[in-house]
Amino acid sequence: MNPDAIVIGAGLSGLTSAVRLAEAGRKVIVLAKGSGALTLAPATIDVLGYGSGGQVVDDPIRAALLKAAPHPYSRVAPSTVEDALAWLPDAVARGPLSGYRYEGSGARNLLLPTALGAVKPSALAPASIAAGDVRGTPKVLVVGVDGMKDFHPALIADNLSAGAYAVSARAATLPRPNGLALEPGALNLARFLDREANAQALAERLRELVRDDEAIAVPAMLGLKRPGQTWQILRDSLKRTIYEIPTLPPSVPGMRLLDVLKTLLRQAGGQFINNAVVTGCRVEDEAIAAITVRISGHERTYSAPQYVIATGGVASGAVALGSDWVTREMALGLEIDNAPRPGQRRFGDDYLGRHPIAQAGIGVDGALRPRLAGTVLANARVVGASLGGAEPWREKSGDGISLVTGYAAATLALDAFDRKAVPA
Amino acid sequence: MSGAGVEQGDLVGELTMRATLDHCVKCTICEQNCPVSAVTPLFPGPKYAGPQSERFREAGVLQVDASVDYCSGCGICTQVCPHGVAIAEINAQARAQLKRDDGIALRDRIITRSALLGKLGTPTAPLANWTLGNAPFRWLVEKLLHVHRDAPLPRFAGRRFNRKARKRARLPDARRKVVFFHGCGADYYDDHLAEMTVAVLEHNGIAVEIPKQGCCGLPMQSSGLFKDARRYVRKLAAELAPSIADGSEIVACSTSCSLMLKREAIEVLELHDDDDLLQVSRQTRDICEFLVDLHDRGELKTDFLPLDEKIAYHAPCQQQGHGIGKPAMELFRLVPGLDLTEMDARCCGIAGTYGLKREKYQIAIDVGQPLWDQIEAADPDEVACDSETCRWQITKESQRPSVHPVEVLYRAYGLS
Repeated sequence: MNPDAIVIGAGLSGLTSAVRLAEAGRKVIVLAKGSGALTLAPATIDVLGYGSGGQVVDDPIRAALLKAAPHPYSRVAPSTVEDALAWLPDAVARGPLSGYRYEGSGARNLLLPTALGAVKPSALAPASIAAGDVRGTPKVLVVGVDGMKDFHPALIADNLSAGAYAVSARAATLPRPNGLALEPGALNLARFLDREANAQALAERLRELVRDDEAIAVPAMLGLKRPGQTWQILRDSLKRTIYEIPTLPPSVPGMRLLDVLKTLLRQAGGQFINNAVVTGCRVEDEAIAAITVRISGHERTYSAPQYVIATGGVASGAVALGSDWVTREMALGLEIDNAPRPGQRRFGDDYLGRHPIAQAGIGVDGALRPRLAGTVLANARVVGASLGGAEPWREKSGDGISLVTGYAAATLALDAFDRKAVPA
Repeated sequence: MSGAGVEQGDLVGELTMRATLDHCVKCTICEQNCPVSAVTPLFPGPKYAGPQSERFREAGVLQVDASVDYCSGCGICTQVCPHGVAIAEINAQARAQLKRDDGIALRDRIITRSALLGKLGTPTAPLANWTLGNAPFRWLVEKLLHVHRDAPLPRFAGRRFNRKARKRARLPDARRKVVFFHGCGADYYDDHLAEMTVAVLEHNGIAVEIPKQGCCGLPMQSSGLFKDARRYVRKLAAELAPSIADGSEIVACSTSCSLMLKREAIEVLELHDDDDLLQVSRQTRDICEFLVDLHDRGELKTDFLPLDEKIAYHAPCQQQGHGIGKPAMELFRLVPGLDLTEMDARCCGIAGTYGLKREKYQIAIDVGQPLWDQIEAADPDEVACDSETCRWQITKESQRPSVHPVEVLYRAYGLS
């Protein structure tokens, strides 16, 4: 196969690197143990939602660039944040989902309702979610579906109405649609609504519920394969703002974004190899010469001039905390920085509060290059949740870090090809 | 090789499949990708039927959920799980327990014996083929045996590849040797595929040894007949192992049977103790995987003639279980003139014998619907696919010829 670049991991950061490299004419292989976490998240790109004091960030790009080491944003060239946020909507626009697009600029956070009726600052979001910015929807009807778990319109409406943003919300529940034999979860409803007649029928039912100047909020279920058209049908039919609220997993908007990125990768000639567990590497001349991969029955080696390590952090199992208090990187045995030392506290008392372990991550230099046994690996870049120093659950930065560092790693790898004059 | 090398034994080794369920974080990725629960409420999805229900299952204790029998065993859930939970394997084992408790249908005892059926049908092929194509007979079989009357069944070739091929002359100036595992499908039904595989290997200067070989036991395993499956696969491993003691590789043209040898027999049937099988597992390669390895070493002949054909390639679910990507696509790209479209549907639905069963026949067709839609949109001359039962299903549902990728290479080499 003789690829130019190997990307390990198939979440947002790895796929961003992979698509950029492949679209630049490089032969890319993505190796993944399983499907990445992209389909568990709302696929809104949270760059920086809250400052360290908990205040809402208005201008996420400016705030991200103020972050100090070891925060991942401090490790990339300043223009990268803006470039990456411009790249993703472009990528979605040339993807397979006609009429589906991302909105937001990164200069001003969107303020988007959540499935609990809270409001979350986010830099980019699918247009069908961005339309729910609370500053533009003073009156809203939150509509659920009978039998749908984890989406409670009354809870959402009450919390939105009680929140800081002058929203007056009320709730309604649609009966389970005729013709849907499967459990009415967001995923099954999205597949059901991919049929145009079912989208038209939904519009009719919503028309019966809505009052004159209300916007309508529905769970993020408006289709997997033709969400752009489905949203358009509802807007044309109801002549008002209608928006999606992201649900708990399975995340339909996450599945759409995965579809977009994997399709772009395939169209650019990239290869996706699933069920492949990276177990080690061979180092020559301060660079990775080959990696070992465990697959069904045997091990293989893969080799490429450039590597992107996008395996994730503690949550994905890429970084493990041992009962011996040692923090390990599981694929290649890379060095971890800022891990709590034996005996030090690793976790705080408050689940959603600060945890010392969050500072731990694969140690990298100024060009995102990791170390193995004291050697900086010249042809590898670490991206996404593998980098420590951030608190994505507190500051709302997870997808932003993945997108920006994934974008940055591709730039660095492409520069390396150019320096060595490796023809594309 | 350096590496972390710690706590990596989540899918292989001493840890049982059941123990992996503690890695499940209920993330729903398996549910997102399950092709069966997407089309029928009879299967509640891999997460529910697998790790969640498994916590309540104990030997001799009430079965909580019989819906696990509607799992098709495609294995996609295990492939996509980011935490190494052996979901499909846990479900296969739960199904075997269900069958032990509830008894095994006569149908499942019959249709899973591919080698026995082959032996019965081969000498009487014209009659057997006429009978299997006979509507009143198929109606009767459906009534008596619950095999759906319209389900795709293969035609007997009327001769056994293995018998004939074992008497073949050796390639005198071969660079190296491989052992060919052709499986029951090529032995009894599609001997032409076996012949083409041998021809493609020999064209590349590789001697092909073809030992006597039986069934891998996969059809029995996937219907929950573990005792019989273990007997068959142990016997097969013992037949193959002597030929690879010199380190040579086994090359297989049936992607589901080679996955059985590589991984499923060891994991699902828990045959960690069978040294022959462990060696066979390590040294087995899918034919396309093997040919791409040759190409990477610069040893694959690339004297392909242009083929003016439009091909759609479907990588079947079990091929994806190998963890090798889509080597057939790599090979097709070497053939000038091919108009190639990659399908991204995950499963055609048939899943071995699943789609033959009367109660699952329509589910299997519905599972394949995205594939039927993609084939229609691509409008190819033929569909390439690595698995025989999938090809039978594809031909029936898409009304287009389907071929193993090797057949395309065989033609492009000018060997036909």
